[in-house]
Amino acid sequence: MLNRRRFLMSTAAAGAAGFAALHLSPAFAQDAPQIQIFVPAAPGGGWDQTARTMDQVLRSEKLISGSQITNVGGAGGTVGLPQFISQWNGKGNSLMVAGMVMVGAIIANKSANNLTEVTPIARLTGEFEALVVPAASPFKTAADFVAALKADPTKVPVAGGSAGGSDHILFGLIAKTAGVPAANLSYVPFAGGGEALSALLGNQVAAGISGYGEFSEQVKAGALRLLAISADKRQEGIDAPTLKEAGIDVELFNWRGVFAPPGVSDADKAAMITLVETMAKSDAWATECKNRNWTQILLTGDDYAKFLAEDTTRIAAILKDLGLA
Amino acid sequence: METLSHLAHGFSVAFTPVNLMWCLLGTTLGTAIGVLPGLGPALTIALLLPITYQVAPEASFILFAGIYYGAMYGGSTTSILLNTPGESATIVTALEGNRMARSGRGGAALATSAIGSFVAGTLGTLGVAFLAPVVVKFALSFGPAEYFSLMVLAFITVSAVLGSSSVRGLTSLFVGFVIGMIGVDLQTGQPRFTFGMSQLLDGVDVIVVAVGLFAVGETFYMASRRYAGKDEIVPLKGSLYMTANEWARSWKAWLRGALLGFPIGALPAGGAEIPTFLSYAIEKKLSKHKEEFGTVGAIEGVAGPEAANNASAAGVLVPMLTLGLPTSATAAIMLSAFQSYGINPGPMLFMTQANLVWGLIASLFIANIILVILNLPLIGLWVRLLKIPAPQLYAGILVFATVGTYGISQSPTDLVILYLLGGAGFLMRRFDFPTAPVIIGMILWPLAETQFRRAMTISNGDWSVFYKHPLSLTLLTLAFIGLIGPHIYAYVERRRLRGPEHVPGDA
Repeated sequence: MLNRRRFLMSTAAAGAAGFAALHLSPAFAQDAPQIQIFVPAAPGGGWDQTARTMDQVLRSEKLISGSQITNVGGAGGTVGLPQFISQWNGKGNSLMVAGMVMVGAIIANKSANNLTEVTPIARLTGEFEALVVPAASPFKTAADFVAALKADPTKVPVAGGSAGGSDHILFGLIAKTAGVPAANLSYVPFAGGGEALSALLGNQVAAGISGYGEFSEQVKAGALRLLAISADKRQEGIDAPTLKEAGIDVELFNWRGVFAPPGVSDADKAAMITLVETMAKSDAWATECKNRNWTQILLTGDDYAKFLAEDTTRIAAILKDLGLA
Repeated sequence: METLSHLAHGFSVAFTPVNLMWCLLGTTLGTAIGVLPGLGPALTIALLLPITYQVAPEASFILFAGIYYGAMYGGSTTSILLNTPGESATIVTALEGNRMARSGRGGAALATSAIGSFVAGTLGTLGVAFLAPVVVKFALSFGPAEYFSLMVLAFITVSAVLGSSSVRGLTSLFVGFVIGMIGVDLQTGQPRFTFGMSQLLDGVDVIVVAVGLFAVGETFYMASRRYAGKDEIVPLKGSLYMTANEWARSWKAWLRGALLGFPIGALPAGGAEIPTFLSYAIEKKLSKHKEEFGTVGAIEGVAGPEAANNASAAGVLVPMLTLGLPTSATAAIMLSAFQSYGINPGPMLFMTQANLVWGLIASLFIANIILVILNLPLIGLWVRLLKIPAPQLYAGILVFATVGTYGISQSPTDLVILYLLGGAGFLMRRFDFPTAPVIIGMILWPLAETQFRRAMTISNGDWSVFYKHPLSLTLLTLAFIGLIGPHIYAYVERRRLRGPEHVPGDA
């Protein structure tokens, strides 16, 4: 009996220790806590891959002992967000993956909740967009494209992802800087990058806008011509100017980042920022990002919050121009 | 001949004990998830993606391909036995397959679907190996105008499933249109028929609708007739497998199904559902046993669509491997697996990753063989399900449908929709409205609408795109012939029977 009681007590103690480790106070950070990641999208997409790659890197770097990933998909994340706000409130060991797509979806869907209600931890990665044309296109440079757009936007059908998504937003921004009214644009939305790509390869549309990774192999094979990318500076190994260099004053990253729930303590917030920052600076994370064509654009805490506010304003304005907000 | 040596090399990759083990694991897992409604191959592969951190690329793609093919086999089992499709591609299989099961030929339905899947899967895989570059060129020539014309053709041919009363059939079809429109409109980003519920913004899953109308509706109907009639299900009649006559009726349907499925599967917006509808319509038209359709169940109506969906599964791999174009949810997730190995799928894949690509193709052949060996003996076990007394069987179906639906998205909203549709399915059954057109409408309508609006956006409002593109014109002409052809034929037949002396002007 005594043995059994001692055994029970020691398991209880171990359990208590485990429970304490769940709360990410700095003292316990070395003990490799368990974390929970909330993905407001179905398995397989960009946010889900971000979560699963984070889990992989955090575990291989021994920063956490493991993580539990929860997927609640739907409507660009606006189905999951209210649940994260109400049911995960105050859970200091949890993170939600979100990004620019959710900012757009919140505005377009007129969602009751928004990202100011959660705690910004870090902006992690971004994918810059590419403006491409079929190899047979008369457009040789981004300036040719803009000139044609100015002449008659209805004659320049552009393929990209769903209406109001990052591709559509970038097209709106390009037109806006060129002085072309957004309402006249001929944008052809496709459900996925693959379908948009086939429309380009089949010469069905004049140009295409999507994440660079969607087009990179076709560009290398010579089936598509890359006119410009939306990154902040020229990228190694990519033979194309940025939009700014091509005279179009637009920069855009389809960014992804992580948020803690509302109501977490300052200590938990600081610990989580440290955890994510350590991960983002590891070699393992750099390798994963390289494999997936993710550009690292780390920004944490208050800087991230400031960026989020600016980006929300910019996206809201362009969605309004495009007639989506 | 170069292809043959590549293929031989591929077999040497696939025939290592470790890779054979992955193939067996994948096909078994695939069959299991195909049987469960709600757990599709896309979700399963997404959940297994972390495995790519542990094993070689060849091994994980062989596993994923096994799951993909296995799900196509397994999906038909529940369609046939329980009228509960596990995959959208096997919805049509339920139409005749379940009728056959009820009239005691469940074993034959399962056999024709397993062997048909094997035949079509093998033909489709041969197509991937030998025809990929040609097929992909054809596929790229399909623009929005061509897709819309293909949809018109599909709408004309599906009139075959409308049932005896076209008013009732069309009513069901239009109900399907409305369900298909629920959600955010892709072209404008505006919500339609969502009643302010964010859960409806992504639309309603076709599996939820199929399971609700077929399985739940059927269960309610059976429950309501429990004391009015007798048990309808006949456990097993005749031999467990197919008779000589059933073989004779199946093999042509398999070949026709495979011929339809492979090219349409290879189209970037083709998918697995449309070829199954077309195959069903063709088999019904060509069959010498039309009276069996919708009554005791016609074996051609199972054989054709089952072959079509497996051939289209192979077709989907064509744009994925040759261009890096994911044309289905499963292909998209397999592409993201490529990326976690730092491999960028694209036009160069056949050259840069010959080991991987040919190993994958070879393992598809092996997966097909494993699947047919795995599935044929299981038939004896499966048909025993039908010996369960009706109350217990239907209670089981209800539990199965509910759990499966919850599995799709863990959304309670889906369960409410499932039971609302179950109620609708009951009323439709009671008042003799066919349920299949609802599913067909909800799949075809959004495609037709999207492609039409895309074509009009690109052409800047010019209608001539539909008849100026040769391919589009051909498809529209076929649709027109399909529409008036039977009437002309009937007219000519009538005149021939009446004899020449009655021809007007021949006095």
